[in-house]
Amino acid sequence: MTKRLFKALATSAVLGLGATTAATAAECIAPANPGGGWDFTCRQIGKIMYDIGAVDKPVQVTNMAGAGGGLAFTHVVSERGDDADLIIAASSATSTRLAQNAYAGMTADQVRFVGAIGADPGVIVVAADSPYQSLNDLVEDVKANPGEVAFAGGSAVGGFDHLKPLMILQRAGVTDVTAVKYIGVDGGADAITQTVGGFTQAMTGDMSEIVGFLKSGDVRAIAVLTEERVPGFEDIPTAKEQGIDVVAVNWRGLYVPKDISDDDFNMWAERLQKVADSDEWKEAMAANGLAPFTKVGADFQTYVDSVVAEIRALSKEIGVIQ
Amino acid sequence: MELLSNLAIGFDIALSPYTLMLAVIGCFIGTIIGALPGLGPSNGVAILIPLTFTMGLDATSALVLMTSVYYGAMYGGRISSILLNIPGDEPALMTTLDGYPMAKAGRAGDALVLSGVASFVGAFLATIGLMLLAPLLARVAFLFGPAEYFALYLLAFATLGGMASNNQAKAAIASCIGLGISMIGVDNNSGLPRLTGGNMHLFDGIDFLVAIVGLFAIAEVFFFIESHGKNTSIGVKLEKVTIPVKDIIGSGWTMLRSSIVGFIAGVLPGAGASLGSFLAYMSEKSIAGEKGGFGTGVPKGVAAPEAGNNAAAGGALVPMLTLGVPGSGTTAVLLALLMTLNITPGPMLFTERPEVVWGLIASLLIANFVLLLMNVPMVKIFVKILSVPPWVLLPGVTMISFVGIYSLSGSYFDLLLMVAFGVLGYVLRKLDVPTVPVILGILLGGHMEDALRRAMVLSSGDWTFLFSSGISITLWIIAVAGFVAPMFLRNVLKKPQRITD
Repeated sequence: MTKRLFKALATSAVLGLGATTAATAAECIAPANPGGGWDFTCRQIGKIMYDIGAVDKPVQVTNMAGAGGGLAFTHVVSERGDDADLIIAASSATSTRLAQNAYAGMTADQVRFVGAIGADPGVIVVAADSPYQSLNDLVEDVKANPGEVAFAGGSAVGGFDHLKPLMILQRAGVTDVTAVKYIGVDGGADAITQTVGGFTQAMTGDMSEIVGFLKSGDVRAIAVLTEERVPGFEDIPTAKEQGIDVVAVNWRGLYVPKDISDDDFNMWAERLQKVADSDEWKEAMAANGLAPFTKVGADFQTYVDSVVAEIRALSKEIGVIQ
Repeated sequence: MELLSNLAIGFDIALSPYTLMLAVIGCFIGTIIGALPGLGPSNGVAILIPLTFTMGLDATSALVLMTSVYYGAMYGGRISSILLNIPGDEPALMTTLDGYPMAKAGRAGDALVLSGVASFVGAFLATIGLMLLAPLLARVAFLFGPAEYFALYLLAFATLGGMASNNQAKAAIASCIGLGISMIGVDNNSGLPRLTGGNMHLFDGIDFLVAIVGLFAIAEVFFFIESHGKNTSIGVKLEKVTIPVKDIIGSGWTMLRSSIVGFIAGVLPGAGASLGSFLAYMSEKSIAGEKGGFGTGVPKGVAAPEAGNNAAAGGALVPMLTLGVPGSGTTAVLLALLMTLNITPGPMLFTERPEVVWGLIASLLIANFVLLLMNVPMVKIFVKILSVPPWVLLPGVTMISFVGIYSLSGSYFDLLLMVAFGVLGYVLRKLDVPTVPVILGILLGGHMEDALRRAMVLSSGDWTFLFSSGISITLWIIAVAGFVAPMFLRNVLKKPQRITD
């Protein structure tokens, strides 16, 4: 009897320990369920930090899904404001939501953005048998039949994946961009299956989401939204060289609580730089279709501020927010 | 021949003593995780991922360990369903319907062995299916657009009314409560929050694990308190475990059919294991008819959902490996693991990294046999964890529930919500309203709505779009037939039954 009781207690204790954090190890919050980009950021960066000796204990990853990252943001601001052992995964989605005031009044200056060490270039993709051969074919068709073209993407309506085609169409002179159909599905791969299946005409997403499908020949990328063509994917033309000047990359980075000391902030910036310089990270970037994009420390904070301002202006213009 | 040489590569990797040991450990941990309420397979796998890094495992070994945990959890989920009437994870929900009554009737051992065998059949057939058909089946996902998914979910809901055998109206009310709860959260198509009261914790809706643990485990605690520890339904005696050969042979066809239904549901990225076990149970129920006595503790009612959900677990690996689209919560976690290991699942995985894919398939086959051995002759070990007296067990279950739910999002709000669901479960059970349809409403309602809304966006509001393909029309016909048929068939079926009896 007592033996059984102890067994039950021991089992739950072991599982309990697994669920909570060991006292001093650094913690990385992925503000989404396992499997997405933020989760990847935490697990990959955390793993490399440990592997190259930048931290002496494995980084514990906590998944805190909710409100598109808003729950984690609020949690950090209100409850963990001075926790120097805490990093939180962030990306363009974070800055987009902050710009659109989707975190219930929270603002970008309530945390400190410590750095980004890679970026996922935005892409516009069509099925292999699609009649669209270039970005302009697509844009012309939208101009001719605004209600006929539908995009699928991995983010919700108003999210970063939705903004990409809207930005392109707006720059290309389409007056009523809101007539363009967009369905938000569960992730980029799902958006591709909808496009290959012919339910939508094009997919808007990130390079990492389409790598496998490009190789298998199921889809064609008609534009990548970067300044220059992406190394390794030289045959994909940029939107810019097709005459539509849109640059949209999904950076992968981290923020930290606001009230940590400057020393701690710099320590995280340094660790992040070490990861960026490591061969492991270069390998991980190549395998996942990320392009180099390193901005660390104060430099990155300025970048985020400018991006937030830009997206806010754009979202108002397009009518995503008032 | 190519298949055999591929399998040879796989077994070459999987049969090394080290990998084999990982598979056994994974199966054991997985079974325990599955059996504990609140710690579903997706949490379990997510919690264990850091372990693979600290152990310094290479890609294949890490994958073997984690998929063993995954399969183990799918097996383990049934144990607490049968013994405690608390589903260990969401796909094991349907197993409570017949498993628990069977256990109460003194056949707990039979139910456990039978469901273990059914799990094996389901998982084994699914692994074979994965091996032979994966690249082909991946194409099926391209055929399913919003209209087809909507019809598929409609089919599930159309058969829901017949689930609680005593009172269909109450089952319908329960599923409406579930559907209502699934409306909570940010609306995907407008970005506006609904029914959240401005509370950010509700923006992503309510996690069904919170609902399951609340409605089953916490409600049970309230009953226990009410009765001062007497008359608690928890604590079924497990006497000698024998192998119920007759039941196993008798439900052979049930297992086979359920495996096929479950596997297909698993392959569809939008459906997953819960829908698999549900559809398997409902189709077997309608095949057996009134005479089958589903819901009263019949062996077939235990075999069907277990074969179905384990087959769906295998099926869910198909879109995950070939398309990178996770078919369920747990495969989403496995996807995360793969990407961390620099393996990008997708159409090229089978050709670019054959050693990973075939190593995985071979280790799944091995894990299956390990699990069969672990879950049939050794079932008593797992049961012992759960067979302590109720006054010890219930606080333990409560504690594990709290820890498990807290690990979901790390917020105390989910804990409060879980207690609220406990109260709801208590009230519903007092009113004799079944709680299973509530969960299914929460589980499937959101997906069904998303599918409908996407269909309406694509067709500019034209509802005929819902019947625009052969697949969707077929699903609609089955759904309508499934809803209407029982009403008419009941009278037809009952009369001859009386004569033969």
